[in-house]
Amino acid sequence: MKRLFSKQNRALLSELVRTDFKLRYQGSVLGYAWSLLRPLLLFVILYAVFVVVLKSGGGIPHFPVYLLLGIVIWNFFLEMTSQSLGSIVERGELIRKIRIPRWIIVLSSSISALINLLLNLIVVAVFMLLNHVDLLETSLWLPLILLEVYLLALGFSLFLSAAFVKYRDINYIWEVVLQAGFYMTPILYSITIIPNLTAQKLILLNPLAQAIQDARYSIITHQTQTIYKTFERGPYSLIPFAITSLVIICGTVYFRKQSRYFAENI
Amino acid sequence: MSVDDQLAVKVENVSKVFKLPREKSSSVKDKIISIPRRNKGYEVQRALHDISFEVRKGEFYGIVGKNGGGKSTLLKVISGIYEPSHGNVQVNGKLTPFIELGVGFNPELTGRENIFLNGALLGFNRKEMSKMYKDIVAFAELERFMDQKLKNYSSGMQVRLAFSIAIRAKSDILVMDEVLAVGDAAFQKKCFEIFRDLKKQGRTIILVTHDMGNVERFCDRVLVINEGEQMAVTTPGEASSMYARLNISEAQQESTDKKYQVSKNRLGSGKIKVVKAKTFLRGKPANVFNMGDDFGLELDLKRSAGYETAPLTCGLAFFNEDEVNVIGPNSEAVTLQEGATKVTFTLPNLTLTPGEYGITIALYDKDAPENYYDLLDKWVHFSVVTDHITHGLVEINGTWESDK
Repeated sequence: MKRLFSKQNRALLSELVRTDFKLRYQGSVLGYAWSLLRPLLLFVILYAVFVVVLKSGGGIPHFPVYLLLGIVIWNFFLEMTSQSLGSIVERGELIRKIRIPRWIIVLSSSISALINLLLNLIVVAVFMLLNHVDLLETSLWLPLILLEVYLLALGFSLFLSAAFVKYRDINYIWEVVLQAGFYMTPILYSITIIPNLTAQKLILLNPLAQAIQDARYSIITHQTQTIYKTFERGPYSLIPFAITSLVIICGTVYFRKQSRYFAENI
Repeated sequence: MSVDDQLAVKVENVSKVFKLPREKSSSVKDKIISIPRRNKGYEVQRALHDISFEVRKGEFYGIVGKNGGGKSTLLKVISGIYEPSHGNVQVNGKLTPFIELGVGFNPELTGRENIFLNGALLGFNRKEMSKMYKDIVAFAELERFMDQKLKNYSSGMQVRLAFSIAIRAKSDILVMDEVLAVGDAAFQKKCFEIFRDLKKQGRTIILVTHDMGNVERFCDRVLVINEGEQMAVTTPGEASSMYARLNISEAQQESTDKKYQVSKNRLGSGKIKVVKAKTFLRGKPANVFNMGDDFGLELDLKRSAGYETAPLTCGLAFFNEDEVNVIGPNSEAVTLQEGATKVTFTLPNLTLTPGEYGITIALYDKDAPENYYDLLDKWVHFSVVTDHITHGLVEINGTWESDK
């Protein structure tokens, strides 16, 4: 671990993240402000559609913030995996001509996404204040829940970025998977509106669904349906964590194996 | 570390095989379709075969060979960019490859930002880079341009900036691929100075090049590779002549092919003709000579029946690559019998300096030189190589003296 984060690697990582940020809002008038404006505008749309027009709150208190938090976490997963997916191929020039640890490239795009997540969470916090959400003790769990999402996304990122070097249709496949995942995860709807109980249980086995529900439970309202409630704290409620561990392990192993041949395969 | 302390790099039996897909099949569909005929999918290209050598600490090591001969692949294997298919590479110390200057430069960032980014690629953090920043900019002579985007730099400015950063690398071993090939004369001069400094500091440098001048100027030892095979590890002089031979054998192949084409470069009445012309060394046909060899040229002449019996002169003109007529020996009068006659020209102790030569052969009437029987323009080609540095067109022995 000490070797992994040597002085050189840290310098490189910070420089890559910095470059990423500088280039992200290149040529835009508002620049970095977009990092905050995007979630804000998103919130306005969500509020208009789901709260004012559809009235789909379903009795959940603070539903707009509840909705926003779900979207923010999902967007983090989406942004991180889709940015990482192409990261190795995009930096092909570096990989073919310099010897740098390959994983740093994936890590740097994951950190960019992480910074964005933090900015978005600030917006969530602002709306929590405006919505008079009471501060819950369970809020302390949030970092751990986000860590789980990060690790899950990192596992996928490592796998996808390495596979993309060899198979260029990965990005189309991943787009479809994300699209399906978006609807299979209780983001826009409350999980309790699903009539079939088995389906509800299955959906909650998805680590993202579990994490989003946990996050909502811990910082917004205890009325959120979580996996522990569904399985009454049975062993099944550990399945999402097992999936996350599996993804990060498989992703790392596959990436390590493939990374030796990145230079010639790109 | 199993590597001997005196060694910087140890390469053992390294081979590299590339599997090149016949038709680039980089989609899942292709993969699925090609499962039943798995082995048809790619061509195997042997880029390196069984290469072994050692670079000592503080050595300036050259790797030479023709284009496409595996030099760059070898460099990437040493640098850890490619994984060798067989064998292994051991590196003792920190190694930095410079396959190209300015790798990682981003055209959308300013010069200043690029310096920090590039520095990070070499392993420097911002604090260290801030200390070096002034020197880097000064060396590149780009003080006025640092806040402009890199895309507005000329290519020469980019190279200067890149080189200026690259030389800060504090590695024990520097690996360079044709870095000198870019830039103008002034820039190259600067590079040479840096190389001398690095050499003095005792850094290990591995230089891949096909500029024999640089090899002779800097290298201590040289590895010659050809078509992925190791030819020799030798002195710069020897390497340079080996390299010349490698190139010549190829050029010769071409020129012999050309020889049998109907040439436009033949004039004359044809009453007396050169049937065959070949160069030889110690009785055997040859077209590569070392300086000091005894050069021989053999001409088979044929006089057509019933024609001139007047004495003729054989004239030769040796042209170098720059079309300069270096020497022009003419024969005494030759009287030909009817039928074939063999004429031989020898040049003992060859003093022509290294390069490629073409010999023009002329047969003309001794008493009326404007009267050509046969004139063959640069008909025969040969090359001269040597293992020491020479200047000028021919080497003439002189003696030096000085008072005490």
